[in-house]
Amino acid sequence: MAQTTLHKAGTRGHANHGWLNSYHTFSFANYYNPERMHFGALRVLNDDTVDAGMGFGTHPHDNMEIISIPLEGDLEHKDSMNNVAVIKNGDIQVMSAGTGIYHSEYNKDRAHRVKFLQIWVYPNQLNVEPRYDQITLKAEDRHNKLQQILSPNAGDEGVWIYQNAWFHLGQFDKGLSTTYNLKAKGNGVYVFVLSGDIKVNDQILNIRDGYGIWDTDSFTIAAESNAEFLLMEVPMQI
Amino acid sequence: MSKIQILIIGRHPEILQTVVRLVNNNPDWECTGVITDEEAFAAFAAKPYRLVLLCNGVTPESEEKLRRVFRQHDPGIIIVQHYGGGSGLLSAEIRQALGV
Repeated sequence: MAQTTLHKAGTRGHANHGWLNSYHTFSFANYYNPERMHFGALRVLNDDTVDAGMGFGTHPHDNMEIISIPLEGDLEHKDSMNNVAVIKNGDIQVMSAGTGIYHSEYNKDRAHRVKFLQIWVYPNQLNVEPRYDQITLKAEDRHNKLQQILSPNAGDEGVWIYQNAWFHLGQFDKGLSTTYNLKAKGNGVYVFVLSGDIKVNDQILNIRDGYGIWDTDSFTIAAESNAEFLLMEVPMQI
Repeated sequence: MSKIQILIIGRHPEILQTVVRLVNNNPDWECTGVITDEEAFAAFAAKPYRLVLLCNGVTPESEEKLRRVFRQHDPGIIIVQHYGGGSGLLSAEIRQALGV
């Protein structure tokens, strides 16, 4: 029988640094909750809003798969591999930090805020050569269907990471439902609602709720209203 | 109350420096950062540590050797992997490992 865990939006950790307003699904920085450390290989799910003209100065990372999904506005990325890029709503960015990488992320827009999801997944290989990639996703490819945006395979749809993980986005009209079949044995799926209301099996989820489901081969997702959501399938053992 | 002593091993000098700075920001913790296995063994022999944090670049072979030698010296030593390179995970990893 499927096992589940529900994280209502209001129970997330919260830090407002003025220029950065961040909600943490799992323990991060000063938010520490031993019951909220990770969901399998999914370690960080931060829901960040960055003020106009502000951002994260240069800082290091290592041995982590870091995925950024902008929800509103543009974010400029610079890193120690000489990548300079702007990621915008509709893009997905991935960094395999591996042996070590430095980067900065700034909202260069002086008038508008940036909202983005920062997602960290434990890698299945340590000390790999750092890499960076970003792609633009087609919004129409997730309207009333699931759009794969990340996988473990370089030749597959979306970006790829060093982990047996698959991410999908969905933008469903009210009333639409589908079945998600897990890709790998031993994996679970963390569902995160970006807008609207959905039902996963019998569990109603509202905006920014998170719901983990594992020990199952599949589950149903139904849109209770027009809704957008992110599915993150990850190994449950790390 | 004496500070909790933490030994940090990482191969990337700048990342190690960042991790050391972040750990030492906590008034209850005091850490020593080393790059090589030899430095780690010397540091471990020089004073008692409560926790060892393995950072970037430590190969599985080195990790196995470090864990074996440290455990021989102190069976109760806590050894954990740090992910992220001085990131927002650092504090939680240490607190979880220490059970505080």
